[in-house]
Amino acid sequence: MAEAGANIIVRLDGVEKHFGAVRALDGVDFAVHAGECVGLVGHNGAGKSTLMHVLAGTLTPDSGAIAIGGASQSGYSVVLAQGLGIRCVFQELSLCPNLTVAENARINHAALKGLGWRRRAGDLILARLDEIFPGHGIGAGDIVRDLSIGKRQMVEVARAFTVTDDPLRLVILDEPTSSLDSHTAGQLLSFVRRVVAGGASCVLISHLLGEVLENSDRIVVMRDGKVVAADTAAAFDRDKLVTAMGAAGKHARAGAERASERHSAAPVRIRARPERQLDDAELVAHEGEVIGLAGLSGHGQTELLLQIFKGASRRTDRIEVTAPVALIAGDRQADGIFPLWSIAENIGIRSIARLRDGILISRAREDELAATWREKINIRTPDIRNNILSLSGGNQQKALFARALGSDARIVLMDDPMRGVDIGTKREVYELIRAEAQSGRTFLWYTTETDELENCDHVYVFRNGRIVADLGRGELTEEKVIQSSFQAAG
Amino acid sequence: MASLPLAGSARLPILAGMTPRRLLRALLPALSLSLILIGIAWLNPRAISYFGFTLMLNLAIPIALATIAQMFVITGNDLDLSIGTFVGFVGCVTATWLHDAPLFGALVLLVSIGAYAALGALIHVRKLPSIVVTLGMSFVWQGLAILLLPKPGGKAPDWLLQLMSFKPPWVPFPIIAAVVIAVVAHIGLMRTSYGAILRGSGGNPIAISRAGWSLLKTKVTMFTLAGIFGVLSGMALIGITTSADANIGNGYTLLSIAGVILGGGEFVGGRVSPIGAVIGALTLALAASPLLTFMHIPPDWQVGANGAILIIVLAARALISRREG
Repeated sequence: MAEAGANIIVRLDGVEKHFGAVRALDGVDFAVHAGECVGLVGHNGAGKSTLMHVLAGTLTPDSGAIAIGGASQSGYSVVLAQGLGIRCVFQELSLCPNLTVAENARINHAALKGLGWRRRAGDLILARLDEIFPGHGIGAGDIVRDLSIGKRQMVEVARAFTVTDDPLRLVILDEPTSSLDSHTAGQLLSFVRRVVAGGASCVLISHLLGEVLENSDRIVVMRDGKVVAADTAAAFDRDKLVTAMGAAGKHARAGAERASERHSAAPVRIRARPERQLDDAELVAHEGEVIGLAGLSGHGQTELLLQIFKGASRRTDRIEVTAPVALIAGDRQADGIFPLWSIAENIGIRSIARLRDGILISRAREDELAATWREKINIRTPDIRNNILSLSGGNQQKALFARALGSDARIVLMDDPMRGVDIGTKREVYELIRAEAQSGRTFLWYTTETDELENCDHVYVFRNGRIVADLGRGELTEEKVIQSSFQAAG
Repeated sequence: MASLPLAGSARLPILAGMTPRRLLRALLPALSLSLILIGIAWLNPRAISYFGFTLMLNLAIPIALATIAQMFVITGNDLDLSIGTFVGFVGCVTATWLHDAPLFGALVLLVSIGAYAALGALIHVRKLPSIVVTLGMSFVWQGLAILLLPKPGGKAPDWLLQLMSFKPPWVPFPIIAAVVIAVVAHIGLMRTSYGAILRGSGGNPIAISRAGWSLLKTKVTMFTLAGIFGVLSGMALIGITTSADANIGNGYTLLSIAGVILGGGEFVGGRVSPIGAVIGALTLALAASPLLTFMHIPPDWQVGANGAILIIVLAARALISRREG
């Protein structure tokens, strides 16, 4: 680093954090100096948010050292972080919706108590709001749930910059402009520059690369839980950032090349336009196609899948679906499996109509269906009547695939179904999807793993709830996907 | 919804800066109470008098106290299904030990508040559903009450009898008591700085713990307050009825929940209103027997009619809040 001797506010050395088999942080070294703004960029799951939670004290790393202001910290916690002047604006809003703006300011300041605390808290937050977002139109007595999402984000940001007893040394901003319009985003970023000029520091996490390039002194790029590049902002440009975020070396094109021409002759199965789409771009899926939905997570892919799922039973003017639909949930534990049921019951639930014998479910037919699919996709279990939880995570996911593929559905919607699944199972499932597509099934596949898009015939990239790119198989590269997911300035 | 300037809003700080719909929602509990009062006045004008209110609202004091107790628990996104039998248990202690051996009686009541605090800790630490824990506890309180007083009887302490039969000039005692209860709870939960943390723990617990507050402490505080108000409710009830019965408080569980909801509270999200809850309790107390008796509805049908009134008021509220969203 250029300013090697400068005053270091926070330093992480070899920090690791694992969630089960996932290495969210894999030996990260990271430092922030006084009076600088560090931009932090990376694709889905690169570890940015985990790193930020470690800095804020809300997650304890498995190993590695944290030093604040040169002093090594053991037993680092939220309270300690606040006392040392480290604040955080989390990506998911952390205001209490049932409280007023002033009361929300109070939550972060133990010093705001005693007589007249409401007035002092109100004055404190309004002063910051006035400073950062002149003309914001927010009152101290407004209840947060009555505010628009943009105003809530303004309150949240302003709150992070309020000062009572504790010093203010570092503010971490995770996607602070995601709900702001360009005018208020500009107000915020120029305020960040003023704060940094005043000697405090900021970490700016954003998917708007222009925003990061223009406002950071230094940029750190993460990929797969590691820091892969770090340099002054001037040393980067858009293309360099995109390259650094993408694979270090190109992945070899895996899998057999499939016929790359669109199945445009085949009948259209789905036609859907996202709710927030401004132009007339729409998602079209023909019979036998595997369509990928890409982009950063939470940019409207899941919403569209759910709307398509609903559209199958009730047609709307935006969504047209011409065949029965099955959905494979991404959050297996919450939306996928029935934890008290057996594997066979979990597979059969989507096909109850076919498994009926009079008014009862025929156990024999349920077993038969489950046994066929155990054979076909190799669900590893001694007995199909065992509880679903006796399976490993990957095999549970296979059971969910069996539920969808064993049904009469001609369209299968997949909501990032490979989360936390081992590579062997993934290969088997890719194979299965390919085979099923050839036999005329249509797949809509939302995935946060860019590698998986190589199994798709066609990829739509989403940003802010809209389709922003429409890539055929020939045009598909990781750079292009990242390029479209990360917006240019503004 | 743009906020329209409201005449007189500057004079009433609670209502300041509210959108008309929020105002309507905040006033709905008072509106439903007024409707019931108008109904009573129309059916029996003589009931609207000092003596009439003293009689009709007699039981409103313990109901209001139990409702406030329930409100503290609901603020933290929990539900207390044991408050009714707890009130009954407290009643039995009041009519026996507190009368015969005041010090020991007071100690038992303090220990029972401690039990409430421990329940809060248990629910938080073991992540147990409060409905299950408090349902279990309701049988414990009921059993203890029956052990203590197998047959109706006992006698309220004299000082309690005197307090509850206090006749202030001009304004009937139950109304003064209701105002005091509402103001105390409002200041405690809505105006103090820690009250904001307590409500925040119902609105967004993760945010509260990220800001460095202990969720265990907020939960224990809520349950302790519920225990305190439950004890007050049981004592007030015995001060009115003069003797106790192990089943005397059983109806209070559902009455208190209904009172909180009627008063503008919600089961989750930390949205509660102490003033509304007290008004809700008064509404329930009036709608229970006085109104229905004046309407010449036979006692057999009163419980059902009471439920119908509750459903109508809640439906009106749901309608208003849906348009608000």
